Amino acid sequence: MARSWAELLGDEDGPEETAEQQRGVFGRLRESLGKSRRALTGELAAATFDPGNEEDWERLEEALIRGDVGVRATAELIRRLEARGELGDLGEALAEEIADLLGEPATLNVSAKPSVILVVGVNGTGKTTTIGKLAQKLREHDRSVLLGAADTFRAAAEEQLEIWAKRAQADFVGAPHGADPAAVAYDAVEAARARGHDVAIVDTAGRLHTQSNLMEELAKVRRVIESRLEGAPHETLLVVDATTGQNGLQQARLFGESAGVTGVALTKLDGSAKGGVAVAIAYELGLPVKLIGVGEGLDDLRPFDPHDFARALVAG
Amino acid sequence: MFDTLSDKLQATLGDLRGKGRLDDEQISKAMREIRLALLEADVNFQVVKDFVAQVRERATGQDVLKSLTPGQQVVKIVHEELTALMGSGGSRLAFGKPPTVILMAGLQGSGKTTTSAKLALHLRKAGKNPALVAADLQRPAAIDQLEQLGRQIQIPVYRKDTQDPVEVVKYALQAATSAGNDVVIVDTAGRLHVDEALMDELVRVRDAAKPMNVLLVLDAMTGQEAVNVAEAFQERVAFDGVVLTKLDGDARGGAALSVRQVTGKPIKYVSVGEKLDQLEEFHPDRMASRILGMGDVLTLIEKAEAAVEEDEQEAMEARMRSGQFTFDDFLSAQKMLKRMGPIQGVLKMIPGLGNQLKDVDIDERQLARVEAIVLSMTPQERRMPHLINGSRRQRIAAGSGQTIQDVNKLLTARKQMEKMMKQMGKGKMPTLPQQMTKAGRR
Repeated sequence: MARSWAELLGDEDGPEETAEQQRGVFGRLRESLGKSRRALTGELAAATFDPGNEEDWERLEEALIRGDVGVRATAELIRRLEARGELGDLGEALAEEIADLLGEPATLNVSAKPSVILVVGVNGTGKTTTIGKLAQKLREHDRSVLLGAADTFRAAAEEQLEIWAKRAQADFVGAPHGADPAAVAYDAVEAARARGHDVAIVDTAGRLHTQSNLMEELAKVRRVIESRLEGAPHETLLVVDATTGQNGLQQARLFGESAGVTGVALTKLDGSAKGGVAVAIAYELGLPVKLIGVGEGLDDLRPFDPHDFARALVAG
Repeated sequence: MFDTLSDKLQATLGDLRGKGRLDDEQISKAMREIRLALLEADVNFQVVKDFVAQVRERATGQDVLKSLTPGQQVVKIVHEELTALMGSGGSRLAFGKPPTVILMAGLQGSGKTTTSAKLALHLRKAGKNPALVAADLQRPAAIDQLEQLGRQIQIPVYRKDTQDPVEVVKYALQAATSAGNDVVIVDTAGRLHVDEALMDELVRVRDAAKPMNVLLVLDAMTGQEAVNVAEAFQERVAFDGVVLTKLDGDARGGAALSVRQVTGKPIKYVSVGEKLDQLEEFHPDRMASRILGMGDVLTLIEKAEAAVEEDEQEAMEARMRSGQFTFDDFLSAQKMLKRMGPIQGVLKMIPGLGNQLKDVDIDERQLARVEAIVLSMTPQERRMPHLINGSRRQRIAAGSGQTIQDVNKLLTARKQMEKMMKQMGKGKMPTLPQQMTKAGRR
């Protein structure tokens, strides 16, 4: 059974998720990871895998690299498999080890009222879209939501978020193009508190993690949120595009330093991209994936389940 | 974290300068390092395999040049091969009977809309009269975004309220023809290459637009998936070239090599910043250096040249030679540095230095704080720093929001700097002030 929203949000119960919704996502994930699955099983020829054969190990290594798992995490997985001695079913064993690297299923910390979620990432990963969908999901789970448009840089970013706010029936705090993003964050937190909202989600401008002035700006946004509300931001989500290669590690590292990232939202998994960089990020930085985006539809933003993901990545 | 490949090879092969040929064992070791370096740079794994085999063949039995270490020798071969691979094929756009249509395609978030505007600006600078077409009807507010960008650079944006991008294109072509635009750049919706319906739509847009150039916009951070993306777009819309975006980050950009190798299509432009004039032509040798993590002297030199206006530079040099370094000089030096981009990035481009500096965190915030201190001085104080006494220091500290100690440190640093200038003026090699090298260490 895939992880449900209620579990992610730490609710006792929530709106019943239809079997269709749950199977739907797993099916979709399988479908989207299908190429990788074929690649892996094809590469591995898991049934005939011979632990005594150097070439078989090499093929396994290549398959993982091909999935963007990265050199270091791949080496670790191989080391663990070798240490097992008796492998049994290779696909099964590999999925277990990948799930282990990914860590325990995470929760989204939204228990405080209001809770503040800060959303950060490089340009074009899907921050605004992810926020729009998350807002709708939170709304379905009986939270009133406010969206703060602290992306005051990209042309029409505010308009884009406002459209999502309307769709999700969320409250909205915006600012003119070029305004100070920290001031917008301030207003959003204040408004969420004054109007009694449960969750405030703050969108920020996409920025490359190498631009230290923009990263400093982000750190300021975070400081302002911290100073307005004890314990906030309760979550800082880094949105990572699943097509990203090993640069995803640098993103996680540097956004972590500036903004104190608490989790990753892995988007665009509906392509043939495997999103293996999430394994690298979890292994090298210990940062959990909390959400995955597997399509354009509203229900395609899902809680992340390490076992599902690992199984879909390896064996389908 | 990015040890340069040449340093790694140096460590693996040792210093066998001028001691004959590369033997098999050395070459095997070197090839392992090269393979890892390319994989970490996100070059597609099959491309890596083929490439390494090719390089191995070339390296086998080569004499080690007297001037090079074996490591450098191998790097030289790899660099040459990479450059050759990425370099062949034209990088120019094709122009025909006006209006020449350029169709932009790519995944969501690769940077199509911004790149469209950048390309329009670039072409206008080259004497064209371009127009933009807002054919992304999928993403909320995408049209607004393009219109705002168009306003910034005063280039017309054609749009039409419809659900069908083909209609937008048809209308825009008419409008462009009657307005006398000789180039039309069509921004399309981002789409996944596995999304059949949207890929079909793209084909219809292409058929209606009849572009002379179809450009695939590709994020430099793309991983192993780049090959699948490129192949799918190649098959459906047969693109003519690639625009590689977000190269101002620290991604090594191995996707560039993969796509070139798999589709044979050249990279035509690279996008190196968020500002609309930050679109550059593609230089294969620089890309090769970048993928190998080797620094990039050429780009550095060019950046420096562009950043410093000549008379400004001469004036500064003259003052430096005379051993003067006032806070005004300090401000203009800082301005020049800033124009060259993030300092860490600039330093990384200097081969050899990138590795030395890997633990040194050049803190640009520190520079900003220093600038604040200088800006809190009066013009007179900037010209004549010796005037700055205790009460002035207090005022400057308060004005810049820094402590008196910070102000003192800066005053000392300037003195050291001036001393250094004097030494240089006398033709001696200066020793770097302690503070400068120490301050940034984590």
